[in-house]
Amino acid sequence: MPEDGQISPFPSPGGFLSRARTVAPPTWSRWLVPPAALSVHLSIGQAYAWSVFKSPLESSLHLSGTASALPFQLGIVMLGLSAAFGGPMVERRGPRWAMFVSMICFSAGFLLSALGVATGQYWLVVVGYGFVGGIGLGIGYISPVSTLMKWFPDRPGMATGIAIMGFGGGALIASPWSTQMLDAFGTGTGGIATTFLVHGVVYAIFMSLGVFLVRVPPAGWLPRGWTPAKAATRALITTANVSARNAIRTPQFWCLWIVLCFNVTAGIGILEKASPMIQDFFENTAAPVSAGAAAGFVALLSLANMAGRLVWSSISDLIGRKNMYRVYLGVGALLYLTIALAGDSRNFVFILCAVGILSFYGGGFSTAPAYLRDLFGTYQVGAIHGRLLTAWSLAGVLGPLIVNAIADSQAEAGKTGPALYTTSLYIMIALLVVGFVANELIRPVHPRFHEPRVAEQGRQDAVITGPGGS
Amino acid sequence: MMTEPARTGLSAPLMIVAWAWVALPLAYGVYELLLKLAQLFGG
Repeated sequence: MPEDGQISPFPSPGGFLSRARTVAPPTWSRWLVPPAALSVHLSIGQAYAWSVFKSPLESSLHLSGTASALPFQLGIVMLGLSAAFGGPMVERRGPRWAMFVSMICFSAGFLLSALGVATGQYWLVVVGYGFVGGIGLGIGYISPVSTLMKWFPDRPGMATGIAIMGFGGGALIASPWSTQMLDAFGTGTGGIATTFLVHGVVYAIFMSLGVFLVRVPPAGWLPRGWTPAKAATRALITTANVSARNAIRTPQFWCLWIVLCFNVTAGIGILEKASPMIQDFFENTAAPVSAGAAAGFVALLSLANMAGRLVWSSISDLIGRKNMYRVYLGVGALLYLTIALAGDSRNFVFILCAVGILSFYGGGFSTAPAYLRDLFGTYQVGAIHGRLLTAWSLAGVLGPLIVNAIADSQAEAGKTGPALYTTSLYIMIALLVVGFVANELIRPVHPRFHEPRVAEQGRQDAVITGPGGS
Repeated sequence: MMTEPARTGLSAPLMIVAWAWVALPLAYGVYELLLKLAQLFGG
């Protein structure tokens, strides 16, 4: 079975894309792997800048707001599904194959979208960007995770933090770049099609760095002066390995699933509604927040989200993953409580707390792979991570749903200002407390789920040197 | 167990190109973001 790392029923790709061809030579520096990962994550992070295309598509193809959001929504659904179901294949075929598939799908998504807009066939945009491109998002998101942790067993949090920071940074690049391109080519169908075409070509070139540069360490490779036994001094860090199939049978996986789901729900609730939220909050004060200042607030949250992915995940290497999530969930709940209690009395309190919450939101994403590696080993951590990301799919619906539905009902009841959001804030606190308890319940994985060491090493060697290699 | 070997001179130019490849677009994105951020504190 693929999940157990046995010989695949599918032939491994041969030649340049094969896992065997990606084994690093002895002189290869592991610091070449993070830019390979970043080239993929900075590209696929473009998904969060889809809103740039919404208004031009709506006016040129006469679409509703709901219709223009479809490519993005389908893309996020496909991200979750392809990460969850494609994980074992990514583990088996290696990071170069995965990055290549991601590059082809993500780029083809833009090219199909260009064709769709040019011919007035919007369904082609939905299928192209959402379905085909979405597969590129999911495969690309998990493609470097296990490779990075094999290269950086001494600093797994920092390594995955760098890559997953790229996913946050991708929108920072794409948003102004896409806007400038639409300004240059125009916002009619011809301009949008040309913009999509250029995106497809440029992202293919940019992601190719990852395809060419990524390498897996040779079997048995370790950083100089580092031993697994030295790292396994914390209770939760294992030197054993658990397969993806067995991982989802453990309570640890589902506790971590709840932790990630509720941490993301709490963050995305603010992120998705940041601009109207800060304006509503202070509309009845002597210093209301303008639309321009609200855009600055959104930018600040993006920066906090991106920085949190690198900083908090790196700190987790020092203080341990469980303690780090105690901070995300416990301090996150206190920050929400502070916003609820402070109301509209001080805008800097609101801003500082939101920045903290969004940095924890980003940190929660980037620390998760290292937490999985601590619990389940590096054997199939990419595939396990893919399955954990289904928590993101649910949170992506749950967070905005809670905040928007409550704000709408409060507005209908005639309420204004902080009262629109107070109930949502207390719900978020409750979710974070549940996540905190779930984190406390995480214990080392029972040895009955561990892979037999001899068989496991044999299977890994078979994958590395097996058929399909050059 | 194989451990990390000493680096060769070959990897230095590749390292610079690889990191510049990803750092320059990211710097552009952060610069654009800081321009927006000024609106929050500049009014």
